[in-house]
Amino acid sequence: MRGLNAVVSAQNLGLTFKTNDGDVVALSNVNLSINKGEFVSFIGPSGCGKTTFLRTIADLERPTSGSLTINGQTPEQARKDRAYGYVFQAPALYPWRTIEKNVALPLEIMGYSASQQAERIRRTLDLVNLSGFEKKYPWQLSGGMQQRASIARALAFDADLLLMDEPFGALDEIVRDHLNSELLKLWAATGKTICFVTHSIPEAVYLSTKIVVMSPRPGRVTDVIESDLPRERPLDIRETPEFLAIAARVRDGLRAGHSYEEVA
Amino acid sequence: MNQLQFFLALVSGGVSAAALALSLFTPLESALLLKIFLALGTLSLVRFLVPLGLWFDGGLAVLGAVAVLLSIGVFTPSPSFLWMALVAAWLFAWLFVERLSKTLAPGLSDNAGLGLLIPIMFGVSILVIWEVVTRAGNVPQVILPPPSMIWGRITASVPTLWADFQQTFLKAVLIGYLLGCGLGFVVAILIDRSPFLKSGLLPLGNFVSALPIVGVAPIMVMWFGFDWPSKAAVVVIMTFFPMLVNTVAGLNAASSIERDLMRTYAASYWQTLLKLRLPAAGPFIFNALKINSTLALIGAIVAEFFGTPIVGMGFRISTEVGRMNVDMVWAEIAVAAVAGSVFYGVIVLIERGVTFWHPSVRGA
Amino acid sequence: MAFARSRHIHAAEVAAMKRTLPIIIVLLAIVLVWYAAAIGMNAQWQNDVYRRADITNVPATQFILDTWNQEKPVLPTAHQVFGELWNATVLVAPNKPRSLLFHAWVTFSATALGFVMGSLLGIALAVMIVHSEAMNRSLMPWIVASQTIPILALAPLIVVIGFNIFTGTMGIPTDPARLMSKAIISAYLSFFPVAVGMVKGLRSPEAIQLDLMHTYSASANQTFWKLRWPAAMPYLFASLKVGVAASLVGAIVGELPTGAVAGLGARLLAGSYYSQTIQIWAALVAASILAALLVIAVGLVEKLVNRAMGARPA
Repeated sequence: MRGLNAVVSAQNLGLTFKTNDGDVVALSNVNLSINKGEFVSFIGPSGCGKTTFLRTIADLERPTSGSLTINGQTPEQARKDRAYGYVFQAPALYPWRTIEKNVALPLEIMGYSASQQAERIRRTLDLVNLSGFEKKYPWQLSGGMQQRASIARALAFDADLLLMDEPFGALDEIVRDHLNSELLKLWAATGKTICFVTHSIPEAVYLSTKIVVMSPRPGRVTDVIESDLPRERPLDIRETPEFLAIAARVRDGLRAGHSYEEVA
Repeated sequence: MNQLQFFLALVSGGVSAAALALSLFTPLESALLLKIFLALGTLSLVRFLVPLGLWFDGGLAVLGAVAVLLSIGVFTPSPSFLWMALVAAWLFAWLFVERLSKTLAPGLSDNAGLGLLIPIMFGVSILVIWEVVTRAGNVPQVILPPPSMIWGRITASVPTLWADFQQTFLKAVLIGYLLGCGLGFVVAILIDRSPFLKSGLLPLGNFVSALPIVGVAPIMVMWFGFDWPSKAAVVVIMTFFPMLVNTVAGLNAASSIERDLMRTYAASYWQTLLKLRLPAAGPFIFNALKINSTLALIGAIVAEFFGTPIVGMGFRISTEVGRMNVDMVWAEIAVAAVAGSVFYGVIVLIERGVTFWHPSVRGA
Repeated sequence: MAFARSRHIHAAEVAAMKRTLPIIIVLLAIVLVWYAAAIGMNAQWQNDVYRRADITNVPATQFILDTWNQEKPVLPTAHQVFGELWNATVLVAPNKPRSLLFHAWVTFSATALGFVMGSLLGIALAVMIVHSEAMNRSLMPWIVASQTIPILALAPLIVVIGFNIFTGTMGIPTDPARLMSKAIISAYLSFFPVAVGMVKGLRSPEAIQLDLMHTYSASANQTFWKLRWPAAMPYLFASLKVGVAASLVGAIVGELPTGAVAGLGARLLAGSYYSQTIQIWAALVAASILAALLVIAVGLVEKLVNRAMGARPA
C-alpha cells in the first residue's frame, strides 16, 4: 500500500489530551496511507478524532505516539514548507480585508511579489467562480461564497495537499450540493490530494476515491473503503446502485464501530 | 392618540387658555406675540374635533419659546401667565416630540435628520427654560447666570479662553494623552509575549482603574513643577492603564481558527501580530482611546486645582469661582465641553474609518 | 470519594497559587523599583543636608538609609507611607482631625450619599428611557454626549454655589451643607454610568424572550419585573462598580476647592500646600483602600442578590 508517492503516512499514530477530568484518547493506533492525487474523506460521529487527525497532519496538534509523515517529512517541517492548504469549518476570512486581500494573505506571509500575488489571486478566484467579487468585504458575501473564498485562499500558494475540515457543514443542502460538484471539478482541474472531513455519508461517497470510517472512544479507524465510482461524477450518480452500495457499506461501518445511545 | 398624548394635548391647550384669560387684563399691545401664541395654543384644543398635524405642535412650541423670550421684562415682576406660557410651550414641544418619535419608530434609519431633531429639541428646550427661569425669575447671577450672559462672556473673553485652552488642552491634555496611550500600547505589546507578566500586571491594571488616580496630581506638581508638564504627567498615568488593559484584551480577541490559519501558513510572531492580532484588537484599542479622551481632560483640569501658572482652564475655574465670577466659570466649562465632545468625536470618526469592518460600526 | 475531593482541593490551591504568584512578584518588583527610585530622587536633598552640616565621607549604606527616611522626601518610601498610615489611624483617636479615619469617614459619607442618589436617579432614568421612545430619543444622545464632557470641571462651582444655597437660602448648618454639595458631585458622576449600563441591561432580553412574554399577553409591568429587571442585574452591578469609584473621585475633587478642612481631598490639598509628601502619599493610599473597599462592598451585595435570585454561582 505505502508506495513512493504516499503523501500522508501514519503508523500506530496515537494522541491523548490531558484535561482536568483525566486523559482523553483522541486517536488510538491509526494506520493510514494517502497517495498522491487521492480524494480521501474521513467520516464518523463527533469525538471520533477525524478533525484531530486532520489537525495532526497540519501540525496543529502533536501526536503522543506513533509516527506521521507528510511527503516523507515531519508535520512541522511540512508546515514550514507550506506543504498544505487548510480549509476550516468556518470561512475565517478577516473582516478588515477584501476578498482579494484575504486570498493575498498567505501570499504576503510567504513573500510572493506583488505581480505574482495579483496573478494568483486572479487565477484562484477564477477557479472558485468568484471573479468580480475581488473588492467586496467578506460580510458582504453569502456563507457559500465566503467558504469558496476561503478555499481560494487555501489554493493560492499551490500546495499539493488540501486539508478540508467540514468546510460545508454550516451551509444548507442546496448550496452544499453545488459546492460539492464545484469541488470535484476543482480537484480534477488541479490534481491535488484532498483530505476531507465530513459527517455526511452522501457527501463522503460522492466526493471520495477513498473513505475512512472512524469511531470514537478511543478515536480509531474502523474501515477504509476504496470507491470504484468513475472520476467523472454528475450529481445524479447518487441514485445509482453502485453509489448506494458504497453508502450502505459506510453506514454499516459506522454502525459497527459505534452505538449511538452513547452520543453525548 | 394614546393616553399620554391625550393628556398633553388637553393640558397644553388648557394652560394656554388660562394664561390667555389672565393676560387679557394687560394692555393688548404689550407682549402681543405672547398673546398670539396663547390664542393659538387655546385654538389647538379643536384637535379633539379636527385632527391637527404634528408640525402644528412643533411650530407652536417654537413660537411659544420665541414669544416667552421676547416678553421677559415687559412686565415686572414676571406675571403668572408668562410662566404658564412657558409651561404651555414646553408641553407643546413634548407633545411634538412624542408624536414625532411615534411616527419615526417604524422606519428607524430612514429619517436620520428628523431623528436628530428630537435631541436638538430637547437641548434647545433646556436652554430656553434655563434662560427664562434665570432672567424672568431674577435668579442671582452668582447662582446661575442665563445662557445669553454666558455666551456674552465667551465672545468677550476669547483671548483668555484661547490662552487657557492652549495651556490645558493643546499642551497638557494632548501631549499627556499621546504619551499615556502610546506607552500603554507599547507595554501591552511587550508583556504580550510573557504570560507571567500578563497575569501579574493585568489584575493590577484592573485594580488601578478603580482608584482615584487624579489624587496623584499634587505629587506630580511637586515633581514636575507648576507648568503643563505636571498636568501632562497626571494625564499619562490616568490614560496608561485603560490602554494597557484594553490592548492586552484586544490582542487576545482573535479567534482560535484565525490563529490556527496563521499557524498553517507558518507565519512568524510579527506577521501574526501585524496581519491578525492588531487589526482584531482595533475595536478594543479604540474603546480605550475613547475612554481616555474624557479621562485626559478631567485629569488635566483637576490637576490644575493643585497649582498652576496663572493660565489654564482648571486654574481659571477655581479662581473665578473664588471671585464669584460665575459667568466666566460657565464659559470655561462650555469650552471644556465643546473640546471634550470634539476630541471624542474625532476619535469616533477615525474609529469608523479604521474598524469599518466591525459589526458595531457597520451596524449589522 | 475522599481522595477525589482532596485532589480537587489541591488542584484549586495550585490554580490560586498560579494566579497570585505573578501578582506578588510584580508587586515585589514595584517595591524594589520604588526604593531604588527613592535613593535617586531624594539624593540631591540629602547631599544638600550633608553639605550644610559639613558632613563628608558618608558611608553608602548610611546615605541610602538617610534617603529612605527624610522628613519631606521627593519620593517617600513604602515604610514611611505605611508608617504614616499606621500613625494616623491606629495611634490617633478616630474623632481627631489628625486621624485619617476621620478624613476617610468624611469622604466616605459624601461618596455614599452621592452614590445612592446618583444610582437611584440613574436607574429611574433608565426605566423611563426604556419605556418611552420620546424619552429615549430626547435623552440618550445627551447622556452619551455628556460622558465626553469633563464633568469634574463643574465641581468647584457646584461645591461653592451649592454650599451658599444650602447655608444661605435654606439655612442648613455648614457641615451637612458641605456634605450635600459634595454628594451632588458624587451623584452627578455616578449617575451616568448607572443610567447607561441600566438602559443596556433593561434592553438585554432577546427578542424571543420578549416574544414569549408577549404570547402570555403579559402586561408591561409583568414583563418589566419578570424579565427586564432580573436580566438587567449583571449590567446594574457592573455599572454600580464603575459608579461607586466615580463617586469617590467626585467626593475627593469636591473637597479640593472649598478650603475644606476635612476629607481625603482636603488632606491631599493641605499636604500639597505644605509639601508634606508623606501625608499626600498616605492620603492617596487611604483613598485607594477606600475605593477598593467600596468596589468590594458592591461586589458582596451583587453576590447576595445573585444568591437570592438563585443564580448559578460564577
